[in-house]
Amino acid sequence: MKDSLTLLSRLSAHPDSRCWFLAWNPTGTLLASCGGDKTIRIWGKEGDTWVCKSVLGEGHQRTVRKVAWSPCGNYLASASFDATTCIWMKKNNDFECITTLEGHENEVKSVAWAPSGSLLATCSRDKSVWVWEVDEEEEYECVSVLNSHTQDVKHVVWHPNQELLASASYDDTVKLYHEEEDDWVCCATLEGHTSTVWSLAFDQSGEQLASCSDDKTMRIWRRMASGEEQGKKDPTWKCICTLSGYHTRTIYDVNWSHLTGAIATACGDDAIRIFEEDAGSDVMQPTFSLTAHMPRAHSQDVNCVAWHPKEPGLLASCSDDGEMAFWQYQRPE
Amino acid sequence: MVGSSQLENANPLIYQRSGERQVTAQDEDEQLHDRIDDREIFDLIRSINDPEHPLSLEELNVVEEIRVKVEDKESTVSVEFTPTIPHCSMATLIGLSIKVKLLRSLPERFKVDVHITPGTHASEHAVNKQLADKERVAAALENSHLLEVVNQCLSARS
Repeated sequence: MKDSLTLLSRLSAHPDSRCWFLAWNPTGTLLASCGGDKTIRIWGKEGDTWVCKSVLGEGHQRTVRKVAWSPCGNYLASASFDATTCIWMKKNNDFECITTLEGHENEVKSVAWAPSGSLLATCSRDKSVWVWEVDEEEEYECVSVLNSHTQDVKHVVWHPNQELLASASYDDTVKLYHEEEDDWVCCATLEGHTSTVWSLAFDQSGEQLASCSDDKTMRIWRRMASGEEQGKKDPTWKCICTLSGYHTRTIYDVNWSHLTGAIATACGDDAIRIFEEDAGSDVMQPTFSLTAHMPRAHSQDVNCVAWHPKEPGLLASCSDDGEMAFWQYQRPE
Repeated sequence: MVGSSQLENANPLIYQRSGERQVTAQDEDEQLHDRIDDREIFDLIRSINDPEHPLSLEELNVVEEIRVKVEDKESTVSVEFTPTIPHCSMATLIGLSIKVKLLRSLPERFKVDVHITPGTHASEHAVNKQLADKERVAAALENSHLLEVVNQCLSARS
């Protein structure tokens, strides 16, 4: 396990600030970072080194908490503590803010694009999740405000190929939403975590969802087909695995590689950990093993881990120390 | 609220301040690496001003040296503070002031945990959860009004 994760490079991404989040564009040629310095930076590879291609400094008045690329790769959305979400359009090598989405009462914590590219979700400390529809004229319209959570909503993520949305909250739950007769509704509540749920990641099939929490555990949930549980119309989600005892502080992020199936976590104990499902484990009661553990991956809390969408095993991470690092993961023999 | 005429706890008990740190021969030995100890953390927080009274957190017994735990090697600091009354609405602000003071003073490697002394506040769990959420702490400190109030608690009294 010792050499399964190796450092490729490390650089200062948001100097004298916190780097909150990273997002690869769909082809993996660009990486967007955002932070407490209110900026977004776009990184590209030149030879063997990652260089900053653009700094998007004009859009937000406060911390930029998360960024997300549209599935076509031509747009970037940014969620900020200033209560707005900016939509940036890529023009050659530059980015222009084409729209600012307003409506949330306070900090926007996360933003995510649906696989079709025609829907966007945002969530906020105001406890709500908003679904926005994008038309061909690049007009954004809020089609639903979901008030199912009772606290701050930390993260939103879409199913990899269906219009199914998941959100994680300070109220310790995960909720799922889908469209039903022209309206968005909460179709499942996942209870089990005993503190704030910070992040979520679907596996490649979308049948499983990983959640990570301030309770220092990661949970794996599996969708059970309708009818398996009597009297339930909607599919239910069942916790099929709880990984506890590995992390010593809050787990801020989880990312499930759609290429290799490996799950990476970003933890407040400065470490990066990678888990893989054991060969031959039961689908309904899977077991996972820790296959890499990098203590002191950063000098402060690790906030985000992001698998490269095309290169198996390439992982980017970022931290409160303002740095960003690139790692190569190789499953141990 | 700060500045309101009605004090929540109009007559708090006032405690004696502890003396200054006793400097030992070991402390003065330049060859030795001084580990950060409980007393050093306590010295950082004892003079924080109470948001309501013209008194320090030490004088109100909100902070005590025995409720400070530092593990220099593990880079962890844990502080428990005791609100003067179980319904004190200032608890979150006091906790935030302690946290900010330590984050500003200590090397960045330290993990700072600030909690309410168990059993001393009605909303203990909610306040602890909020203080432990670094995203909410970061957002709060971007609020200029709140930052000003925190800075007042941390400013030296004239």
